[in-house]
Amino acid sequence: MDFNPKIVAFCCYYCAYSAADLAGSLRLQYPPTVRMIEQPCSGKVDIRLLLEAFEDGADGVYVAGCLEGDCHFLKGNIRAKKRVNAAKKILDKIGIGGERLEMFNLSGSMGPRFAEIATEMTNRILELGPSPLRQARQAEGENREEEASK
Amino acid sequence: MIVAEAKPLEEILDSLKGMSKVLVAGCGGCVAVCLAGGEKEVGIMASALRMKRELAGEPLVTVEETLTRQCDPEYVKELGKKLDGVDCILSMACGVGVQFLAEHYPDMWVVPALNTKFAGATIEHGLWEERCGLCGECVLAQTGGVCPVIRCAKSLLNGPCGGSQNGKCEVKPNACAWQLIYDRMKSLGRLEQLVEVAEAKDWSKSRDGGPRQVVREDVKIDG
Repeated sequence: MDFNPKIVAFCCYYCAYSAADLAGSLRLQYPPTVRMIEQPCSGKVDIRLLLEAFEDGADGVYVAGCLEGDCHFLKGNIRAKKRVNAAKKILDKIGIGGERLEMFNLSGSMGPRFAEIATEMTNRILELGPSPLRQARQAEGENREEEASK
Repeated sequence: MIVAEAKPLEEILDSLKGMSKVLVAGCGGCVAVCLAGGEKEVGIMASALRMKRELAGEPLVTVEETLTRQCDPEYVKELGKKLDGVDCILSMACGVGVQFLAEHYPDMWVVPALNTKFAGATIEHGLWEERCGLCGECVLAQTGGVCPVIRCAKSLLNGPCGGSQNGKCEVKPNACAWQLIYDRMKSLGRLEQLVEVAEAKDWSKSRDGGPRQVVREDVKIDG
C-alpha cells in the first residue's frame, strides 16, 4: 500500500511561516506531505488543537516556533514546548504514540532548516506508518464493504 | 476555590464501559480556574476518549457542554436539553457538581472525571495549595491569617510541636505553619496575642456528623 503521510505543521508567523516563505524563494524542495497552519505564535497552540489534528486524520503533527529566547511574545515557544510534551503523554496513553508529535525551533531566516524539518518529520512518519486511528478507520471501512458485498 | 485534578484516563474509560454516547459536562467555576474541568479540558478529555475508544473498536459519541457552574440548579437545568440519547454524563466538576447532576437527573448514570482535592489557592500558574480546612469555625483572627487547622500537619491550635525544625515541618517539606504564625505576629507586633491559649476546638462544626447546612432566611425566595 502506498502511504502518503498527512502531517500538520502549526507554524509561528514570526519564524517557521517566514522560513517556509524563504524556503520557497530559495526553491528548496521538501515533501508535499506537510499542511501548514499559520499561528500568531507557537504559544497559541493548545493540547486540544494537537489532539484534534490527530482525530481529524493526521499521521503526524509538529509545532514550529522561534528559537528559545527569541519568541516575539517572550515565552510562547516555551509554553508550546510544555504543551507538546503534555500532549505526547496523552497520545501515548491513547495508543497513537507521542513520537508522532514534535516541537521544533527555528528562526525566520532558516529556510533550509524548514525544509529539513519537513523532510525529517516525513521520514519519521513514513517509518512509523499510518496513524493507528487511520488504520482502524480503514479496517472498519473494509469490514463494512465486505458486509455490504455479502 | 475548590481544586481538582483529572483522574487517570484508564479509570475514566473503565467507568464508561458499555456506554456509546456520553455527555462530557464541564464546569465554568473553580475547576475551570484550576484548569481541570473547564471548556478547554472538556475538549481535551472528549477528544482523548473518542480516539481511545475508536482504536478499541468501540466508538464513542460525545456531547460537550460546559455549564457556568454545576453547583446551582438554574445552570444544571440547562443540561436537560443535551441529554437526548445520552447513556451517561461524565462530570468534569468537583464532587459537588457530580452529585448535583446525579440529584437533578435521577434516571441518568453520572460519573466523575476528576478527583476533588481541596479548597486552595493558586501559588503560581500550575501550582495550587490547600489553604482552608473547611472546619466550620474560623480561627484565622487568632493566628494572624495563617490557618493552623490545615497548614499545620497536626492541626495544632497551640503550636508549634517539637517537629518544627529551622522553620520547616517534620511531616512535609513545607514551612511550619506555627513558624509562619509566629513570624507574622512578630512583624505585626502582636506576639502577646499568642500567649492566649486556644481552647479545645468545637469539631462538631467540622466535617463529621453528616452534611452541614447554611440557612439564610433573608435571601430565601420560596417559603
